[in-house]
Amino acid sequence: MTDSELDHLSTEMDVILSAVARVQEVATPEINPTSHPVPISNVTRPDVVVPSLSQEQALSGAPAKEDGRFRVPQILGEE
Amino acid sequence: MITRSAHEMSQALAAGEITSVALTQLHFDRIAQVDGDVHAFLYLDHEGALAAAKAVDSARARGDKVGPLAGVPLALKDVMVQKGVPTTAGSKILEGWRPPYDSTLVAKLKEAGVVILGKTNMDEFAMGSSTENSAYGPTHNPWDLTRIPGGSGGGSSASLAAFEAPLAIGTDTGGSIRQPAAVTGTVGVKPTYGGVSRYGLIAFSSSLDQAGPCARTVLDAALLHEIIAGHDAKDATSIDAPVPQVVQAAKSGDIKGMKIGVVKELNGDGYQAGVRSRFEESLELLAKAGAEIVEVSCPNFEYALAAYYLIAPSECSSNLARFDAMRYGLRVGDEDGVSAELVMNLTREVGFGREVKRRIILGTYALSSGYYDAYYGSAQKVRTLIIQDFNRAFEKADVLVSPTAPTTAFKIGDKVDDPLAMYLNDIATIPVNMAGIGGMSLPSGLAPEDGLPVGFQIMAPAMQDQRLYSVGAALEAALLTKWGAPLLSQIPALGGTK
Amino acid sequence: MSLTYDEVLARYEPVLGLEVHVELNTKSKMFCGCTTVFGGEPNTQTCPVCLGMPGALPVVNEKAIESSILIGLALHCTVTPYSRFSRKNYFYPDMPKNYQISQYDQPICVNGYVDIEIDTNDGLKQFRVEIERVHMEEDTGKSLHMGGATGRIHGADYSLLDFNRAGIPLVEIVTKIVPSTGKYAPEVAKAYVAELQTILRSLGVSDVRMEQGSLRCDANVSLRLIGETTLGTRSETKNVNSLRSVKRAVRGEMIRHAELLNAGKKVVQETRHFQEESGLTRSGRSKEQAEDYRYFPEPDLVPVEPDAAWVEKLRASLPEEPTKRRKRLQAEWSVPDKEMAAMINADALDIVETTVKLGADPARARGWWLGEISRIANEKDVSISELSINPNDVAEIVALVETGELTDKLARQVVEGVINGEGKPAMVMESRGLKVVSDESALMAAIERAIAAQPETAEKVRNGHIPAAGALIGAVMKETKGQADAARVRELLLGHLGQK
Repeated sequence: MTDSELDHLSTEMDVILSAVARVQEVATPEINPTSHPVPISNVTRPDVVVPSLSQEQALSGAPAKEDGRFRVPQILGEE
Repeated sequence: MITRSAHEMSQALAAGEITSVALTQLHFDRIAQVDGDVHAFLYLDHEGALAAAKAVDSARARGDKVGPLAGVPLALKDVMVQKGVPTTAGSKILEGWRPPYDSTLVAKLKEAGVVILGKTNMDEFAMGSSTENSAYGPTHNPWDLTRIPGGSGGGSSASLAAFEAPLAIGTDTGGSIRQPAAVTGTVGVKPTYGGVSRYGLIAFSSSLDQAGPCARTVLDAALLHEIIAGHDAKDATSIDAPVPQVVQAAKSGDIKGMKIGVVKELNGDGYQAGVRSRFEESLELLAKAGAEIVEVSCPNFEYALAAYYLIAPSECSSNLARFDAMRYGLRVGDEDGVSAELVMNLTREVGFGREVKRRIILGTYALSSGYYDAYYGSAQKVRTLIIQDFNRAFEKADVLVSPTAPTTAFKIGDKVDDPLAMYLNDIATIPVNMAGIGGMSLPSGLAPEDGLPVGFQIMAPAMQDQRLYSVGAALEAALLTKWGAPLLSQIPALGGTK
Repeated sequence: MSLTYDEVLARYEPVLGLEVHVELNTKSKMFCGCTTVFGGEPNTQTCPVCLGMPGALPVVNEKAIESSILIGLALHCTVTPYSRFSRKNYFYPDMPKNYQISQYDQPICVNGYVDIEIDTNDGLKQFRVEIERVHMEEDTGKSLHMGGATGRIHGADYSLLDFNRAGIPLVEIVTKIVPSTGKYAPEVAKAYVAELQTILRSLGVSDVRMEQGSLRCDANVSLRLIGETTLGTRSETKNVNSLRSVKRAVRGEMIRHAELLNAGKKVVQETRHFQEESGLTRSGRSKEQAEDYRYFPEPDLVPVEPDAAWVEKLRASLPEEPTKRRKRLQAEWSVPDKEMAAMINADALDIVETTVKLGADPARARGWWLGEISRIANEKDVSISELSINPNDVAEIVALVETGELTDKLARQVVEGVINGEGKPAMVMESRGLKVVSDESALMAAIERAIAAQPETAEKVRNGHIPAAGALIGAVMKETKGQADAARVRELLLGHLGQK
């Protein structure tokens, strides 16, 4: 992004953030948060192997590939 | 033929009046004629659609039993993954991606013999209320080509209003099925969260996203609803219960003795005069059809928009992290000596549009340590309050109603520079997503001041989606009697400049 | 100004913390049905879910939850009635979604302990390592770093990614801080990991092979001045791929920290990489600006709420606790401490127990497995369990020796034959012609031939010079190719020469 785009964005962000901060007006400590709209639990699948994609399918969208692997630019950081 | 309902087309197919191949071709012809103006489609799958149509025709010829919508064409929102067919979610970052798998919804459509014409335009990653945020240019409202068709599923709603398809699929995170339906004079249903599998729906906000049917009639929506709904073992949030009897409800339309609650907070100031008058008129018709109209109050709804614009961006900031130029999609700046992290940043800079970036930044902020409790955490508490409001309201009423959107379709370009004004379009639709319940929008007429469609929203408790269809069918029937013809018969003819 | 270990301990007290990642041996991955078999062609064990493709959704493997609960129970943890998954957000190319599905604020098990025992110059010492949490998460893919001289990430031109491993279920076991181990810190760390291995192996939930990465240990070490109560800055050492390395890494970090502190410098809170060759650690990514993972509840997965009946069913299926079992077996078999320790070190407990269960005498079973078979395993540089001889074979051989059909010497050849893949013991005996010659008339004939060949020697024996019999017995054994029972030959020979 250019500097002016960034300036514009940060102004917008200030406006949006102050608007959404309204949630704090009613979010009192005794209210439990809701992360999932439908209260269900213990949904699992049996430990059964199902066929995978072929190597060709797996790599079909890769921007670059080599030797059956995804080729990516050099990775910085730890091993 | 193309102006008929899907149900009527299905009857014509069954009666042998037309083949699915011919019906499909008619729609492709119509698309060729008008889509230069409307721009509802991002991709047309001539080959796949005609092959599917032919298969249904052969099955019929053999005397095989086929499903109620077999051979009927459909427009698929481009957020839904379809094997081998370009799927972009309206974003440059996925340009050219051909998924190696089918979403569960697409698999069900194929199984039912529904003919998928192609992929429809949308706001990038379903973020928006106007389809102006598509990386591939806006869709135009067939009622007035200078106006927006709603969003994010503007391509799907416009394709219905332009008679390019009798059925469409939308997805609704904060109103992306219902608000486009409202501003194009069509029907759109957001089923109960977990009612339709999300497997293969490119996630915007996982706890809010829900796919649903879009159509020109309530019955068509119900027929499509029954095909796409049902438990899916590939989606852990899918509800393991029978699909509500929505077709039966749409056919009977019986609302005698039903209590319909008008949500006090979703009306009044900020709602266009014509929107309000059409809403009042619909209430009168429902009362005449035997329903009891009551008023309910949902005081925490005024915080729903703020909570939504924290939860949805937070989830999307994480959901969209996978678009990193490593395994699929766009890659920019991969030159000698450039790191993976820089390539990712360059690609996302080029590949994402402004609204997407805005929401990623907002969501990243809302989840960051030190701000989590104040923003994301508080928003989740508001969600609890909204659910409590609904629960109390549903003690007094079987369904709740409101206008779908505060205004009719606005002009393309009018709100692109004012995100907050844009967000207000969803003020009446968002509470439904926050609570995971079902909602429907159907046309309630044209606003007198601008002659543009107005939507009527119905909301029902979780897993009671059939109530949407009972009330929707009753209102649709009453309005049809009043108008003498469907609302869409009043749509201006599209010139076919191309 | 290199410090000795004793100099470090004179001023500082080490504080340990250990994080162990265990790959579960489920058939399919944590959140999808792809196989977990090791060593497939790259990217042939992947699907939209574990490749993080748009639209794909995770669904939890039920067996992985059961294994995690079993682990928690075996570590004396509380199984939490409500647990959930969260997203840990950070960018790394081998992590397909750029977030890891993990458990954060609500792990599946909490608050347990592992008791360990270490053998010191002052006798056996006991320590209790307290467990803070056991939680589930998913593994990442693997990177190959290409170009550059070292094959390492630094200096590589690009990397190649294989996602076969991505999504394999992991359980992370995190200890509370382990104080008051003093000079034994390195041994305690090693013994803890070894004990975990034993426990996990007894549960059958993981291969627990450090060298293959199915068990990985991160060792957190900090020092504080003796008498001090606040904790010092810790380093987190990764890439510790063997039990021996655990010990070396802790000891090495203690010395490195002490040298920094003595020089008035600060220990940097960072990730360090253990280097097998030197036994030293190398700086990895600095955590001074700790990464903000922006954890939040995973919206694609619903909570895990194990009901009491399920937990109790799993508890009932727990095998005997390894510490209790060791004590019981030691008593039952009357094994001295040192030999018991040797058996545990050689990882031979299971195999010996099975052999005993098949009817073998404990001492003999132990003798074979820790003796001849261990010797051959050492020669071949494999573990005894990797040899093609099993408890059935050994029990059979022990029985054959007891009935006199084999001598110890012949039995060794049978063992060798079985290990060489020549078949079951009976087949080896048959094909190699290894059977004690117990036909007494054949033995007598051989004895008479020996006497005829060495009449003077025979005469000496007749005259009471018993040691001379050795030469005659040797001749008989030679003629029977060692397949006679030497004691019986001696008996028959002396009787024949009137010396009984």
